[in-house]
Amino acid sequence: MASKAVYSQRDPMLKKRDDFEDILEERRNSSDLRYALRCYAPVVYKGLCPSKAGTLKSMVLQSDQLHYVIHQVCRETGRAVDDVQEEASSILEEMAHRLQLSTVRFFAFTLSKVFKTLFRSICVNEEGIQRLQQVIQEHPVVLLPSHRSYMDFLLMSYLLYTYDLALPVIAAGMDFMGMKFVGEMLRMSGAFFIRRSFGGDKLYWAVFSEYVKTMLKNGFAPVEFFLEGTRSRTSKSLTPKLGLLNIVMDPFFKGEVFDVSLVPVSISYERILEESLYARELLGVPKPKESTSGLIKARKVLSEDYGSIHVYFGQPVSVRSLAEGRVNRCQFNLIPRHIPKKPSEDIHSFVNDSAYRLVRAQEENMVLKPWVLLASLLLQNQVSGQKRGIALDELTEQAVWLRDLSRQYGAFLHWPEHTPPSEVVSSSLSLHRGLVRISEGRVQLALGQSYAVTPEEELLSQAVIILSCASYRNQALHVFLRPALLASAIHTASSNKKQEVFNSFSFLRNMFSNEFILCPGTYCMLFTSHWCCVSTGALQVTQQEVLVTERGHRTLVFLTSMLDPFLQGYQVVCRFLCEEATEALTEKQFIPAVRKFIIKHLLAGRLRYTEVLSSDLQKNSLAALLRLGAVRKIKGYQGTLKVNTVMVNSLEDTLGGKLPTQKAVIARL
Amino acid sequence: MLYISTKYQIIRKDFPFYLGKTAHGGLWVQIKNLPGHLPKESPSHVFLQEIMKWNGWGYSDSRFLFNKKGQAEFTGKRYIIIGMIIPGLKDWFECTFGASLQHKTPATPLLNSSAVQPPTLNEAFVEELKSTGIPFSQDAEDRVFRAHGHCLHEIFALREGKFGRVPDMVVWPNCHNDVVKIVELASKHNVCLIPYGGGTSVSSALECPPEETRSIVSLDTSQMNRILWVDEKNLTAHVEAGIVGQDLERLLNESGYCTGHEPDSMEFSSLGGWVATRASGMKKNIYGNIEDLVVHIKMVTPQGVIEKSCQGPRMSTGPDIHHFIMGSEGTLGVVTEVTMKIRPMPEYQKYGSVVFPNFEQGVACLREVARQRCAPASIRLMDNEQFKFGHALKPQVSSIFTSFLDGLKKFYITKFKGFDPNRLCVATLLFEGDREKVLQHEKQVYDIAAKFGGLAAGEDNGQRGYMLTFVIAYLRDLGMDYYVIGESFETSVPWDRVLDICRNVKARIVRECKERGVQFPPLSTCRVTQTYDAGACVYFYFAFNYRGLSDPVHVYEQVEHAAREEILANGGSLSHHHGVGKLRKEWMRETVSNVGMGMLKSVKDYVDPNNIFGNRNLL
Repeated sequence: MASKAVYSQRDPMLKKRDDFEDILEERRNSSDLRYALRCYAPVVYKGLCPSKAGTLKSMVLQSDQLHYVIHQVCRETGRAVDDVQEEASSILEEMAHRLQLSTVRFFAFTLSKVFKTLFRSICVNEEGIQRLQQVIQEHPVVLLPSHRSYMDFLLMSYLLYTYDLALPVIAAGMDFMGMKFVGEMLRMSGAFFIRRSFGGDKLYWAVFSEYVKTMLKNGFAPVEFFLEGTRSRTSKSLTPKLGLLNIVMDPFFKGEVFDVSLVPVSISYERILEESLYARELLGVPKPKESTSGLIKARKVLSEDYGSIHVYFGQPVSVRSLAEGRVNRCQFNLIPRHIPKKPSEDIHSFVNDSAYRLVRAQEENMVLKPWVLLASLLLQNQVSGQKRGIALDELTEQAVWLRDLSRQYGAFLHWPEHTPPSEVVSSSLSLHRGLVRISEGRVQLALGQSYAVTPEEELLSQAVIILSCASYRNQALHVFLRPALLASAIHTASSNKKQEVFNSFSFLRNMFSNEFILCPGTYCMLFTSHWCCVSTGALQVTQQEVLVTERGHRTLVFLTSMLDPFLQGYQVVCRFLCEEATEALTEKQFIPAVRKFIIKHLLAGRLRYTEVLSSDLQKNSLAALLRLGAVRKIKGYQGTLKVNTVMVNSLEDTLGGKLPTQKAVIARL
Repeated sequence: MLYISTKYQIIRKDFPFYLGKTAHGGLWVQIKNLPGHLPKESPSHVFLQEIMKWNGWGYSDSRFLFNKKGQAEFTGKRYIIIGMIIPGLKDWFECTFGASLQHKTPATPLLNSSAVQPPTLNEAFVEELKSTGIPFSQDAEDRVFRAHGHCLHEIFALREGKFGRVPDMVVWPNCHNDVVKIVELASKHNVCLIPYGGGTSVSSALECPPEETRSIVSLDTSQMNRILWVDEKNLTAHVEAGIVGQDLERLLNESGYCTGHEPDSMEFSSLGGWVATRASGMKKNIYGNIEDLVVHIKMVTPQGVIEKSCQGPRMSTGPDIHHFIMGSEGTLGVVTEVTMKIRPMPEYQKYGSVVFPNFEQGVACLREVARQRCAPASIRLMDNEQFKFGHALKPQVSSIFTSFLDGLKKFYITKFKGFDPNRLCVATLLFEGDREKVLQHEKQVYDIAAKFGGLAAGEDNGQRGYMLTFVIAYLRDLGMDYYVIGESFETSVPWDRVLDICRNVKARIVRECKERGVQFPPLSTCRVTQTYDAGACVYFYFAFNYRGLSDPVHVYEQVEHAAREEILANGGSLSHHHGVGKLRKEWMRETVSNVGMGMLKSVKDYVDPNNIFGNRNLL
C-alpha cells in the first residue's frame, strides 16, 4: 500500500505528525469475504485473566462493590436482598454487550461494501496503530474517539478488526436500543448500553461502574466511549462529560491497575453523512418530508460521494503520568476501596482538566480539508453582504493565504501538495455542491432556491445551508480560536494598553468557556496566542501596548470575523433576556422563545448572522449566563429562569465593546 | 561467664548443606573456638571487628565467589556450605542481570586510614572519660566500622574507599552504670552520642549527620552481652541489651529455653537494636514481635534512667512508656537492659513448602490461613522470580538418583498439573511445637493450600527458602563485584491490597529503571513474609546491572524513592520493621500527621533538649 506524506515539515512550529494509509485501497483489490473470514488473533493485555463473557457478568454481580450498594439499597428502602439483587442482575442484562466474532465478521463484510460506495478513502495513521498495539499489551486501554457521526463507532471497530487489534467494548446511549434489531446487532459487535440519565439511582450507577471497571481491570477488552457524550451537531468539540472518565481512572487511583492508557482518536469526515440533519435539528425544523420511504432515502445517501475519512490514533496518554504530582492516591487508604465515595475536590478537578486535555488532543489531530477553509471564507463573504458571491480566482487566492496562515497556527491541514490551488478549490467545491453554487465564475452559498411560501420558511431553509457550512468552518475553529480571542479582545478593548487587552481577553475567554474547549485555568494561553500573532507579524507588542501591524490587518480582520457570529449571538440572547423574558420563562421555553425573537430580528434586518439561530449557541450562552450568575434557576419543578437584568445588560454591552471590561466585572467572573 | 560473644561460631543446623544427621530440637550447634584468635591485649570488641568485613556483609572469610570454572561457591570455615558447588547461580546471574563474569568491579581491599577525617575531640570529655576507666578508641578503623549500616549507598562508598563523616571516637561501656556515666559526661560536655549495637541498620540510622559540628561518640554496646538472670517461674530473662541474637538464643538454648525472636539479621543484630527499631522476627506467629516479647526496658537518657516499677504482664497506666522507647531509633537514649519473655525450646520442628499455580492463588491461601488464625511459626510466599532465584541456589546434587527425582518432580508439576513455570510460586513453611500438634497443624495448612491449588513440595524446598534469607546479604556482595547493585525494603499492607501493591511496586521499579537509563531489565521481585489478622508484611527485592551508568547509587536511590512513594500510594506503611532512620524520615509527617509529629517532637524535647542523642533519625 502506498502511504503518502500529508505533511511536509517546513515550518519548525508545526508538530510532527504521522503519515496516513488508505485502508480501502486493499479492500478494492481483494475479496471482502476472505477479509471478513480471515484469521483474527489480536494481541492481548499481558495481565489478562482469561474469562468468558458469562464469567464477566458473575464477576460484576459478585463484586464487593455491588454487594455493598445492594445492601445499602436494602437498608434504605426496606426491600429484600433477593429483590434488589434481581434488579441489579436485570440492569446488567440490559446493559451488557455480547461481543461475537461472527457478528463482527458480518459487519466487516457489509461495512466494506458500504464504505467503498460512500467514501473515496479511509486514511489511518499506521504509526498510531502500532503505538496502540504496543500499549494494549502493557496496560488497560481506553479509546476516546471524537464523535461527529453515528458511523464513528462502527468505523472504530472496523478499523481495529482490520488491523488485527483487540475489539473494543463501546459505551452507547440507550436510544440505540429502541431500534430492536439494530440494537442487538450493535450489542453483538461490542456495544453496551447505558441510560442517558440515571441521576440518583445508586444501584444503576454501581452496576454500570463496576461493569466498566471489571472489563478494564481484567484487560478483557479496550473500553471505548465518547468524551463528548453525544454527537456534536456543530462539529465543534463539546464540553467533555466526566462520568465515564472518572470510572476508568478510578482503578488507577485505587491501585487496582498500574496504569491506564487513554488513546484519543480523531475522526474527521470530509463530508458528514448527517450534514443537513444536524442543521435542521439545531434549527428545530422537522426533517424534510421523506416523500416515499426511508429506503429510497438510504439509496440516495448511498449514491452520493462523501469524500474521505481521516482517522488519527493519537499518542497514548498514561493516567499515571497525568496524575503525577496532582493526585494523592493515599486518600483511598483509610476507607475500604469497595465503598463508593464521591470524588474529592482534587480528583474532580484532575479528571476535568484531563478531559479537556484529551479533547484538545482530539482537536489538534483532526485533519482539516481545504473545504473547511473555503467554508470559512464563503461564510464571511456572504455576511459582508456581497450578494453576487466571490470570484473563483479571488477565492483561490484567499484560500491559499488562509492555508498558510492556518499552518502557521499549527493546523493539521490536508492540502494536496502537488496540485495547483485552483484545482484543489474546485474539487472541494464540487464535492460540496449541495452547499455552494458557481455561476459565471463566481461562487456563493446555495441560498434562495427554495420554494418557500413565507419569509420565515425561506429564512429557515437558508439557515440550513448556512449552518451546514458553519459546521465545516467550525472544524477549523480550534486552530484560530485563541488568536481570534486575542484579536477580538484588541477589537473590543477601549485602548491598546496591554492591561486593557488582557482584561478584555480574560472576559471573552470566560464568557465563551461553554462554547469552546478552553482548558480551565490556563491563562498563560494569552501569551501563547501572543506568540502566534507576534510571530506571524500580525502584532507588535511593546512594553505597554499591543499594536496591529500593517501586515497584520488582514489576519486580524479574518480572526475577528471568525468569532463575530458568536459575539453577536451572545448579545442577542442577552437582549432577549432583558427585553422579552417574563417572570414565568422556564428553561424549557427558553429555546423556542429566543428562536422566535431572533427570527423576528433577522427578518427585520437587525441581525447579520443567520447562524445565531443555532440552538447550540443559544444553549451555551444560557449556560454561560447561569454560570456567571446573571441568570438564576429558581428551584422548583419547572426550572423558572430569573434574570438579573442589570448584569445581563452590562454583559451585553461589554460583548459589544460599548462598555469597557471593568475590573469589577472581571473580579466577579 | 561468657564475655566475648564472637568467640563462638555457629552453624545453623537447619542449613540445607549440613551433611550429618541432626536430631530435631536445638536450633543452634556450637562448634569449637576459633583457632588462633585469643584476645590479645586489645579489648574483645576489636576481635569482633577483625573477623568481620569492613566493607560488606558478615564474616571476612565467608563470601561467595565464582571459581576458575565459573561455578559459584562459598568460602570460609564458618558455614558448612564451604566447598559446595552451586552450578545454577552463574547462569541465573548472567541471564537475570545481563551481567558477565568478564566485567568485574572489585572493592578496595584495604581500609586506607589516611583517607579518614582526623577525629574532632572534646578534650574535657575525653579527660573525664579516661578517669572512669571505660575503654575507648580513636583509631580510624574502629571509627569507620561504626559509621555505617548496610544500606546500599553506605556499602558502595566503602567499597570505593570513600568515607564521609565518621564518629570521632568509640566507647565500650561494660554495663548499665558505665552507660549512665557516659551519658552524664556527654550531657555535661555537649558531645553527640550515637548508640551502636550490631550495625545491621538499613535505614541510614547509623550515618553521622554531616552537619554535626560537635564531637560524635559512637557508643558500642557489644560488651554488654550477658544474660543477667533467668526466671523460670515467670518464663522471663533479664538480658543486657548489647547481646546479639545468635548468642542470646544459643545461651538460652543451653538451659532449654529460647526467645523465638529470629529476625533475618539475628547473626549480628543486637537486642537493644531490636527494641530501638521495633524489630520483627520470622517466627512472630508463635512468639510475637519485639513489642510482644519485652516485659521491661531500662533506658538511659540525658534526663536520667527510664523504666517501669514492676513487671506486670499488662498495665493500664496511661500510654505505655515502652512505646516511646521502642522505635525511638537511638534519638532518646541507650537501651541497656531488657526483660524478655522466654519459652521452652520446641520439641519438634518441621519445614515444608507448597507450590501454587500463581501468586494470586498463593496470596489467597495465606489470607485464608490468617483468617483461620492457623499460621505456622513462619509462612512466606515467594513470587515467581524469587522462586527461580531459590532454584538457582540449589547445590550440585550428588547422585544421579536425586537429579532423576528432581526431574520427575518438575515433570509432575509443570506437565501433569499444568503449572506454568513462569507463573508458579512457592510458599515456605516452618512448623514448631510438640510433634503431634505439628503434624496436625501441618495437615490443616496443607488442606487449606489444596483449596487454592497448592501442592505440597517437600521439606527441602522449604529449607532452601529460609536459607535464601541468610545468604542473600552475602550474595549482594557478590553482585557488587560484577556491576550489580541491589537491596531489599519492606512494608505492611492490608490484605485486600497485597496483590495490588506487589504488582504496582514491581512495575514501578521496572519503569523507573528504564526511565533513568538502566541498560538492563532489573530484578524486581517480592515476597509476603508475615501474615497478620488484618494484613501482611511484604518484602521487595530490587537489583540491577549498572554498567553504563555514571552515578549508579544516585539512580538506585531515585528508584528506591519512587518505589517507596508507590508503596505509600498503594496503602502500604512506611516500614514494617526496618524503621525510619534518616532514609525515610521525609515521609514521617504524612505518616503520623502533624499532631503525631508534634507529640514525638515534644517527647524528644523533654527527654533530650540538647540533642545529645543527635543521630537525627526519625524526626
